[in-house]
Amino acid sequence: MASIGTGYDLSVTTFSPDGRVFQIEYAAKAVDNSGTVIGIKCKDGIVMGVEKLITSKMMLPGSNRRIHSVHRHSGMAVAGLAADGRQIVARAKAEAANYESTYGEPIPIKELTDRVASYVHLCTLYWWLRPFGCGVILGGYDRDGPQLYMIEPSGISYRYFGAAIGKGKQAAK
Amino acid sequence: MDLNAPHSMGTTIIGVTYDGGVVLGADSRTSTGMYVANRASDKITQLTDNVYICRSGSAADSQIVSDYVRYFLHQHTIQLGQPATVKVAANLVRLLSYNNKNMLQTGMIVGGWDKYEGGKIYGIPLGGTILEQPFAIGGSGSSYLYGFFDQAWKEGMSKDEAEQLVVKAVSLAIARDGASGGVVRTVIINSDGVTRNFYPSDKLPLWHEELEPQNSLLDILSAASPEPMNI
Repeated sequence: MASIGTGYDLSVTTFSPDGRVFQIEYAAKAVDNSGTVIGIKCKDGIVMGVEKLITSKMMLPGSNRRIHSVHRHSGMAVAGLAADGRQIVARAKAEAANYESTYGEPIPIKELTDRVASYVHLCTLYWWLRPFGCGVILGGYDRDGPQLYMIEPSGISYRYFGAAIGKGKQAAK
Repeated sequence: MDLNAPHSMGTTIIGVTYDGGVVLGADSRTSTGMYVANRASDKITQLTDNVYICRSGSAADSQIVSDYVRYFLHQHTIQLGQPATVKVAANLVRLLSYNNKNMLQTGMIVGGWDKYEGGKIYGIPLGGTILEQPFAIGGSGSSYLYGFFDQAWKEGMSKDEAEQLVVKAVSLAIARDGASGGVVRTVIINSDGVTRNFYPSDKLPLWHEELEPQNSLLDILSAASPEPMNI
């Protein structure tokens, strides 16, 4: 892969002359090269699936989980750098718990997504932090029914009926 | 008499759910010791378009709690993108009440309507307990209403029945409680919005040998001489 940045891609706080932040695009590359993750919103719930990549025959099945529970009513499937994903899940769990202890109700999924996306975006604003190298599909069930959101390394989030990230995303779509 | 003493609202406050919404009611007396500092106070305060709060106890404490909760709810509404629920409003009130229990002395009733749960009433007495109830009463005047509500309250009332119940109850409490008085204010909240009503003393029923209101004591002079008493 040829280097397209040439000097403008050294820091996440540098724009290129054509208005791109290359570091964020490279982070998205990390997601594109990882195992596929799919999420579908149905009438009565959410279904999420991840492609299980077995890196070694010695690995115990059931380890290296990529789908995590965030709260009683929500969960997250992670694609990209697994360690980065763990941080995002931890943050989501903390946000959900904090919301419930302040407002007395489970966090609405839209609000949870906004908070996690803000956190991911935060890490694209400082030169001494690197962007998260993972994309997240967040699904949950609140008062407004089942909802599915996707959060990219840039910090952007959209709501979907069906979403796919990773190596097989074109095929999945 | 110390006119600079802290103002307290002796008070009678009531919140009642009915089929489709809630009715909040209160008296209007704010006292400083034995002096009535304000005879026409409004103890039913707005928190959001769809949630109101009845305040009792220390006037200052209840006002500051309402102000903080209104501020937090405003931010919450912006973040959420839709009106806050009554439950969330009540929870914010009780967090402030509970966490500052050593410094505050105010009992409150939060009532409102939201699209998920309909009309709801939450009682938040001294100390910061939160209790969702079909109806709630508070303030010094409420002592005289426990038996009344046990007898008169019923499930599934109409809006008018509920409001009449509230007005009657507040006026009974005003008759017996020295720290409650003035006029009766009610606020009705439902899916159509909010309605404020005002019942001045002459619109309220009289209880237990109370005198008819008089315009002037000179009326007594022009009245007929009283009947002579017989032994």
